[in-house]
Amino acid sequence: MSELLRSGAADLAARIATGEVSAREVARAHLDRIDAVDDGVRAFLHVDAERALAAADAVDARRAAGERLGPLAGVPLAVKDIFCMTGVPTTAGSRILEGWRPPYDSTVVRRVRDAGLVVLGKTNLDEFAMGSSTENSGYFTTHNPWDHDRIPGGSGGGSAAALASFEAPLALGTDTGGSIRQPASVTGTVGVKPTYGGTSRYGVIAMASSLDQPGPCGRTVLDTALLHEVIAGWDPMDSTSIDAPVPDVVAAARQGDVTGLRLGVVKELGGEGYAPGVNLRFREALAALEAAGAEIVEVSCPNFRYALGAYYLIMPSEVSSNLARFDAMRYGLRVGDDGTAGAEEVMARSRDAGFGEEVKRRIIIGTYALSSGYYDAYYGSAQKARTLIARDFENAFESVDVLVSPSTPTTAFRIGERTGDPLAMYAADLCTIPSNMAGNAAGSFPCGLAPEDGLPVGFQVMAPVLADDRVYRVGAALERELAARWGGLLTDQLWARENGADENGGAL
Amino acid sequence: MALTTAEVARLAALARIDLSQDELAKLAPQLDVILDAVAQVTEVAGDDVPPMSHPLPLTNVFRADEVRPSLRVADVLAAAPAVEDDRFRVPRILGEEQ
Repeated sequence: MSELLRSGAADLAARIATGEVSAREVARAHLDRIDAVDDGVRAFLHVDAERALAAADAVDARRAAGERLGPLAGVPLAVKDIFCMTGVPTTAGSRILEGWRPPYDSTVVRRVRDAGLVVLGKTNLDEFAMGSSTENSGYFTTHNPWDHDRIPGGSGGGSAAALASFEAPLALGTDTGGSIRQPASVTGTVGVKPTYGGTSRYGVIAMASSLDQPGPCGRTVLDTALLHEVIAGWDPMDSTSIDAPVPDVVAAARQGDVTGLRLGVVKELGGEGYAPGVNLRFREALAALEAAGAEIVEVSCPNFRYALGAYYLIMPSEVSSNLARFDAMRYGLRVGDDGTAGAEEVMARSRDAGFGEEVKRRIIIGTYALSSGYYDAYYGSAQKARTLIARDFENAFESVDVLVSPSTPTTAFRIGERTGDPLAMYAADLCTIPSNMAGNAAGSFPCGLAPEDGLPVGFQVMAPVLADDRVYRVGAALERELAARWGGLLTDQLWARENGADENGGAL
Repeated sequence: MALTTAEVARLAALARIDLSQDELAKLAPQLDVILDAVAQVTEVAGDDVPPMSHPLPLTNVFRADEVRPSLRVADVLAAAPAVEDDRFRVPRILGEEQ
């Protein structure tokens, strides 16, 4: 049982395909695990065991009928509750959508279902993906499996916590300013934001449409690449989807070859203001990659210092526009419809009752930035800063193959530590935002535990548009080099800590 | 610049959010701090820098103009707050000011 939980997705799929284990057994093991630990972790907003087992049975039946199964058929999956999916509630972590059941599937959900993945349930997030800790969820806060007093990152903290607590081997996320990569970083897991337009946004509840991008999460680089391959590719239902071949991320993850690859360390992301353990593990990871054949150079991206400011104008502007659809008329919460109040009054009351504090804050900032008289100064300037950030990437990629940095300046902070200080919370996305602004590919990979607190540190790899394979190439090389030292994955150490070294096969 | 609670109330009205006095009083100073922090971007780029609204240089993306089945009425109305005769029932839409 425990060995099914610790297995990676690639391994599980292979064993399901040969019949060594059934998809039902695998699903059952993970559902039991959720029953056992989710009261403490609180990764899931909704678990549907019946549907999961039925999906698993369908895979087993296909196998029994002699059908050839796909590379992830029968593998359990946790889905961030921002992807529309028929048959189960989709809330985006907001009370305004409590109990809403979408009438259609998002493209990404349809693709994972078609590939035979077994959806276990929907995971917690900051409301409408706005936050870095899940503390903005309209329902509850998810806990970091490494230390339940700490945040699991956000907005995709539920998906990351599900992986680190061995409730699921794979998960789906979305990344607008770091919502896949920062949770991956603070939970010791892997998360990749594909090139903007590389995965379909159709049926993903929108936060900031020019920045949002769905992506894969896993405990290993190969598993994450396999899920990437399933969900990526052109979708005519998303007008910003790129009609180009999906980069061969699986081959890149299998090879993990960084020989001769030029890695640019972003001077502006790291050093002062970063936790000592973050700087330490980042430098060690660089040395490991250099030993594996990569060339390390320092690169300056001077306009990255404007990224956070520009992001907190562009994103709220898009938020204020996108969230106008929650108008209490066609779906979602309606409050104050007493027969005398007009539609606009009902709308305003419903939005006040249904939206949480951070969502209101961002809608108001966006309304301000877009309002007459301020548009040029705020939204207009931010768009120009965005151009400068994209140019910094272009210049850098003329001399290096990828850029690297810590994924986030600190390890997981304490629950409650930053809730009173929005700016401190926003700083968690300092390193991840530039890639959203430019629309290129980036991922976070575990690179060790900070000595001062024993919590995971993430290593970020950023690659040019449609060079997502390079992200996996570097991630796989790092994973291999570090696993050779650690005797396994970083999450194996968490498992061993909880279950004793025996079950870990002496990995410590 | 300092945002007053009256200004925040006006923004809230534009955004159709019925914020309470407590919420307004709490938000105004918070927004000030946030806007101060992001204000540096207003100084960074000159007139020679074009704005970037989107990462992809796309224009006029069209799908084939084909008739396709739409969602069933019952499925769409299933999530509605109020329904009447196969339609969304909404509060009156004309206010006193009209």
